[in-house]
Amino acid sequence: MTTQTVLDVRGLVVRRDDLKAVRNVDFQIRAGQRVGLVGESGAGKSLTALAVMGLLQPGWTTEGQVLHDNVDLTTISDREFSNRRGRTVSMVFQDPLSALNPTKRVGAQVSWVIRRHTKVTRDEARARVLDLFKQMHLPRPEQLLRAYPHELSGGQRQRVMIAMAIACYPQLIIADEPTTALDVTVQKQVLRLLDGAVKDRGSALLMITHDLPVIAAMCDYVMVMYGGRLVEQGPVGEVFRSPRHPYTKGLLESQPTLDNIELEGTTRLPSIRGSVPPLHAMPTGCPFRTRCDRATAQCEIVPELEGDTSQAACWHPLDAHSPVVGA
Amino acid sequence: MTARTADTAATDAVPIIAARGVCQEYKLARKSLFGQRERLAALQDVDFHAMPGEAVGLVGESGSGKSTLTRVLVGRERPTAGVMEYEGRDVWSLDGAGRRQFRRSVQVVLQNPRSSLDPRMTVGVSLVQPLRALHIDVDPKARVREVLEQVGLGVDVLSKYPHEFSGGQLQRIAIARALMPHPKVVIADEPVSALDVSIQAQVLNLLKDLVAELGLTLVLIAHDLSVVAYTTSRVAVMSAGRIVETGRPADLFRHPTAEATQALVDSVLTVEKGLEGSALL
Repeated sequence: MTTQTVLDVRGLVVRRDDLKAVRNVDFQIRAGQRVGLVGESGAGKSLTALAVMGLLQPGWTTEGQVLHDNVDLTTISDREFSNRRGRTVSMVFQDPLSALNPTKRVGAQVSWVIRRHTKVTRDEARARVLDLFKQMHLPRPEQLLRAYPHELSGGQRQRVMIAMAIACYPQLIIADEPTTALDVTVQKQVLRLLDGAVKDRGSALLMITHDLPVIAAMCDYVMVMYGGRLVEQGPVGEVFRSPRHPYTKGLLESQPTLDNIELEGTTRLPSIRGSVPPLHAMPTGCPFRTRCDRATAQCEIVPELEGDTSQAACWHPLDAHSPVVGA
Repeated sequence: MTARTADTAATDAVPIIAARGVCQEYKLARKSLFGQRERLAALQDVDFHAMPGEAVGLVGESGSGKSTLTRVLVGRERPTAGVMEYEGRDVWSLDGAGRRQFRRSVQVVLQNPRSSLDPRMTVGVSLVQPLRALHIDVDPKARVREVLEQVGLGVDVLSKYPHEFSGGQLQRIAIARALMPHPKVVIADEPVSALDVSIQAQVLNLLKDLVAELGLTLVLIAHDLSVVAYTTSRVAVMSAGRIVETGRPADLFRHPTAEATQALVDSVLTVEKGLEGSALL
């Protein structure tokens, strides 16, 4: 592992008994890189993040390695892990209302993270929290330190979560659907703040979402996950402009966009047929083959990721130059 | 307006459902023991209508009054001022028979089908429920089969429970349930925002087909402009309890005049803008 790699996931499997939700996933994140992990519900993207953070629910087990900061996170003790969480790697959750403690003031919660990992006095920590709140453009930051989570709006709560995640200058920030629960008009503002905070600190970002436009706005590399496997990965521009996996193409085409408003009237939005099969019914071989128009008998064997700068795991990849709607 | 709505307007100028000058106020909790209860004006002088067979969108950020207006439109709440009309008659002064007719004709599809379908009822029982509740005398079996076909599901779903389905299939079932009493109007409140991207397109296509094939009137409430633009031919934008702008989706989004519309248009992220690096500007 080079010094520049902040996360190196090798052969990660997350399973509960016989059910494999994440099947043999490999990826690396370099210092300062912004990687998007995109997929639908049940693709295994959140479990991948939770496995990296050591926060899997009891009953789930992992195989493979998660190398970060010269240690394998799957082997360290809970105590070692809690020395790390918030310091070298931190996470922004989808729903801040359930991630924050409802009985404690938000200022104190952020201050705890700082005092847990750095030797500072209570007053110094408070001053740093105030600075963070100002950076997050929270209104009336002094008063907000003493507010409880329920007194804040959704966007404000998520900004508190981001303040908490960046407080100790982590090498890697994992953001799991950070704007999905927010109002559309607030989404952009929160993304902008997250973008700036990550840039200022030089942290790497792993952005997990089902929202392709969010990935396009925030990331420089994207991994598409389906049925517990990475089916396509590469630089965002390359993958989104000329997807090679039929699933990626389907996702891109089923986005209603304002650019082709002429859709109104009789035209239909292209959609991927069927729905994501439940874990126990996931087909063998290529997980997407039951919904894919290009599937053949060959697809019963798992395809490997293949390609140069961007790779697709498909036996019948699309022509790299086939155009996509809106691109 | 499209040719289609212009036609219907010419032959039948009465909107099928209309709110005229509707205000809705809620009393807030008392702040002190003898204090006056403050009032919150959730809707202020709202005019909204849908012509028969028309698909109308309602957009706005959360707190703008979309859901309050929905509750008024389906007759769940009586507005504090103004008139709520169905086929030109005031809903709140209808007699028993008229009221029943209204209840059958206006149906709702909610955001989360997991919470709008009873987890202890099989899909079959859930589907027949509206017929019983609304005292509709038809052959339930035949009607269920007909409706399932309209939403593209097989009869094998009838004996299953909601937890056995994915979100997209459940939303189809919720739509089927809304169609059971032969409604003329379907009001869909954020019907796709809880669904996965690849499924959203399926459900939007389905709603669009139903409007075309059954001549349904659709009121689609959403916060996502692109979803509304795709499904409807006229859109009303709400902000702070008022309707601030109405028009064809394409016109609204290309030349928004109201501040609220501009804010919504600006907030739409697209893959293309993201790749250009201009999405967060």
